[in-house]
Amino acid sequence: MKIWRWVFVGLLFCTALVLRIDAVPTERISGSAGDVLDDDPVGRLKVFVYELPSKYNRKILQKDSRCLTHMFAAEIFMHRFLLSSPVRTLNPEEADWFYTPVYTTCDLTPNGLPLPFKSPRMMRSAIQLISSNWPYWNRTEGADHFFVVPHDFGACFHYQEEKAIERGILPLLQRATLVQTFGQRNHVCLKEGSITVPPYAPPQKMQAHLIPEKTPRSIFVYFRGLFYDVGNDPEGGYYARGARAAVWENFKDNTLFDISTEHPTTYYEDMQRAIFCLCPLGWAPWSPRLVEAVIFGCIPVIIADDIVLPFADAIPWEEIGVFVDEEDVPNLDTILTSIPPEVILRKQRLLANPSMKQAMLFPHPAQPGDVFHQVLNGLARKLPHDKSVYLKPGEKILNWTAGPVGDLKPW
Amino acid sequence: MKLSTWQQSYMNRRSNSFRGLGPLDSSSDTGIKSPSAIFWLILHGLCCLISLVLGYRFSRLFFLLLFSASSTNIYTTPFRSIAEITTKPPPLLDHTLHSPLLNKTASSSRVVVGRHGIRIRPWPHPNPTEVMKAHQIIERVQLEQRMQFGVKAPRSVIVVTPTYVRTFQALHLTGVMHSLMLVPYDLVWIVVEAGGVSNETASFLAKSGLTTFHVGFRQRMPNNWEERHKLESKMRLRALRVVREEKLDGIVMFADDSNMHSMELFDEIQNVKWFGALSVGILAHSGNTDESSLPMELRKENDENPSMPVQGPACNSSNKLTGWHTFNSLPFAGKSAVYIDDRATVLPRKLEWAGFVLNSRLLWKGADDKPEWVNDLDTLDGDIGSPLSLVKDLSMVEPLGSCGRHVLLWWLRVEARADSKFPPGWIIDPPLEITVPSKRTPWPDNPPELSSNEKVVIAGQEQPVKPTTKARTSRSKRSSRSKRKQEARTIDTHASTRHSEQN
Repeated sequence: MKIWRWVFVGLLFCTALVLRIDAVPTERISGSAGDVLDDDPVGRLKVFVYELPSKYNRKILQKDSRCLTHMFAAEIFMHRFLLSSPVRTLNPEEADWFYTPVYTTCDLTPNGLPLPFKSPRMMRSAIQLISSNWPYWNRTEGADHFFVVPHDFGACFHYQEEKAIERGILPLLQRATLVQTFGQRNHVCLKEGSITVPPYAPPQKMQAHLIPEKTPRSIFVYFRGLFYDVGNDPEGGYYARGARAAVWENFKDNTLFDISTEHPTTYYEDMQRAIFCLCPLGWAPWSPRLVEAVIFGCIPVIIADDIVLPFADAIPWEEIGVFVDEEDVPNLDTILTSIPPEVILRKQRLLANPSMKQAMLFPHPAQPGDVFHQVLNGLARKLPHDKSVYLKPGEKILNWTAGPVGDLKPW
Repeated sequence: MKLSTWQQSYMNRRSNSFRGLGPLDSSSDTGIKSPSAIFWLILHGLCCLISLVLGYRFSRLFFLLLFSASSTNIYTTPFRSIAEITTKPPPLLDHTLHSPLLNKTASSSRVVVGRHGIRIRPWPHPNPTEVMKAHQIIERVQLEQRMQFGVKAPRSVIVVTPTYVRTFQALHLTGVMHSLMLVPYDLVWIVVEAGGVSNETASFLAKSGLTTFHVGFRQRMPNNWEERHKLESKMRLRALRVVREEKLDGIVMFADDSNMHSMELFDEIQNVKWFGALSVGILAHSGNTDESSLPMELRKENDENPSMPVQGPACNSSNKLTGWHTFNSLPFAGKSAVYIDDRATVLPRKLEWAGFVLNSRLLWKGADDKPEWVNDLDTLDGDIGSPLSLVKDLSMVEPLGSCGRHVLLWWLRVEARADSKFPPGWIIDPPLEITVPSKRTPWPDNPPELSSNEKVVIAGQEQPVKPTTKARTSRSKRSSRSKRKQEARTIDTHASTRHSEQN
């Protein structure tokens, strides 16, 4: 009998050894949908990519190549990834999902900001094309189609929130799945079933600025960006719903808060030396700061009421970031210093998980676990399509003449 | 369709990343100039006129609030400036609801579009308790970082320092003590003191709060460098015997009390397995020797071949130890300091002890895992130039600091004049009665033949004039004062005689 006891002890010892081999302690990430970050979508779904004339995609990109590097570049890279991905099928009959490659966020001003005024017409024209050339749109009125709309307020196609709310989501996209960066609960521009993705941040640029991991983190809170948008909101109160201005007014003389409007060349390096990085809303609730904070291991402090963060069902953001209500901004220092150190260390361990960092990146060529794969995972989780999405012949749900009169003009 | 001027101006503003003035602008998608657009244009003009009259920007929000009936949540007037906000006492400002367009938002959303107040707490300054808590958090995070990415399983550091009581001991020992107090690893400090254990040194060790072994060495420190180096070697061997007796486990390093150590040094020596060598920067300061005293040929030689002041391991391209860089003392031949307080360059020996670190197990008696290429400590005695004598096979020495390319510590020898005195323990007790005139301050009322140790007697010759350093410059001033004209004349004579004495 004694031998068995020793065998048992030996087994325990061995398992203990095995578990400690982990070099950098990280924790597994499992969101509400389960432990799905590492799922492989290949084999679980099939995507058919429509062949649209190049005026919808390639010609627009040729006019302005900045579209490949700005934060809305997700639509272009998604297209490129799908064209060469194993989930792509050339036979539309066996496809589960249909993708329409139309670059709606590539009409740029000289400054580099996308103008959304023609986007509704462009989208409408594209849908008209696919509905007349292929039967798959009319079969479900778009319920098994997905579109990438990375603009400020998604498919509302406007940069100003009141206008976007007024327009609402483009009527023709009411039944389709939208892949967008904007996410806010109870907001017109986020419809149920949308997949939120992070904005595009150039992965090579971030990799080029990595510093050794053992550099001690000595900045408590870090933020670089505007607090007041003097050009567009001179009185204050509109921009960021006053939250950024509140951060400045309350903490500008606090040495724990390294906040300013400067553009340092060491921005990425500084983030790696900070414990908390503020990610407040701007004109829209999302920003690339979240991506940068996750890549550089800085705990994101999200100040945006009701925001829906990327891949909210796969990533448990509550456990990774700190959420602060906009009305609690004056007490931000109390909130952050009262977080117990064990919680902070746990958040840092979660952030150190390579799947977490991979899920925020758009590498080329695509790698397992990156944004493209997470989007496909999200789409795969929505399968199989409910029988009710298939319309009976002659049945029509979408109103093709709804929306502002200007949208009906051909593009 | 031709764009209206309104829309065109709107587009222009968009190109400047303009974000609009809110719901007061009409929709830009319509090309038709609706009556409401004309109305807003007129209102815009009216507001511009009012702004001109008032002298500041007049917000059109005022009109909206006047005419809108649904806003029930107004607590503050809308166009209060931020300056006003900060001066008013109410703790929190609530946001003002705005515009009838809110009908379009989902009813259950608590996030409203429009203008919000900027919340500022009544005293927007840091709270010291929270600052302390934040610093504790930062410390904890850095500790975790060190544990994860720093040295795994750090060994304790055993520091050997030979010292003796002299004027500059406080200067040197304070530096070493502070460096050692910052080391994040367990530390044992073995201080060997020439001339026996003294209270001076003991008080330093007590202040440090480190684990210390204070060992007295009966011989007194000689006053020439040659002998001093030999004695220091003997003292270090004594310390190594302490390591053997106490069976201390860790990494032995030699920190001379006048050397300067960087913090990276202590991280780097954790990488040593048995016997390691480091690069030491030699700061052979020139003392008081002028450049002009060197003969011309030697100076030219220096310019052609500047001797690299680094002692340490030399490696070949495959990072294997191939030799040693030693200090080139030829340029200083005959001009180096002999006595400790000479005003000349103090030269190091060929290889200084400070550049070597060893695993304490090498010194233990009868340790099984001791490698065979190590001499036993008992076989060494007297003056060994460097701990290399412990090693039979020189190729087993590990070069540290990326093969000697990083200089992590600096060697320096600086001592005071032989006749320099310092108050014991650096405590001035009883308060000084002896006034020592410094060379530059003429003390007019002292007779010039006064020596430093005599008391200054100010007899009642004249009214004691306070000696100031301005005496020389304000001589003319004092002479102009009528009250002191008499003293001034005598002062002048005294001052002049004193000057002549000193110069």
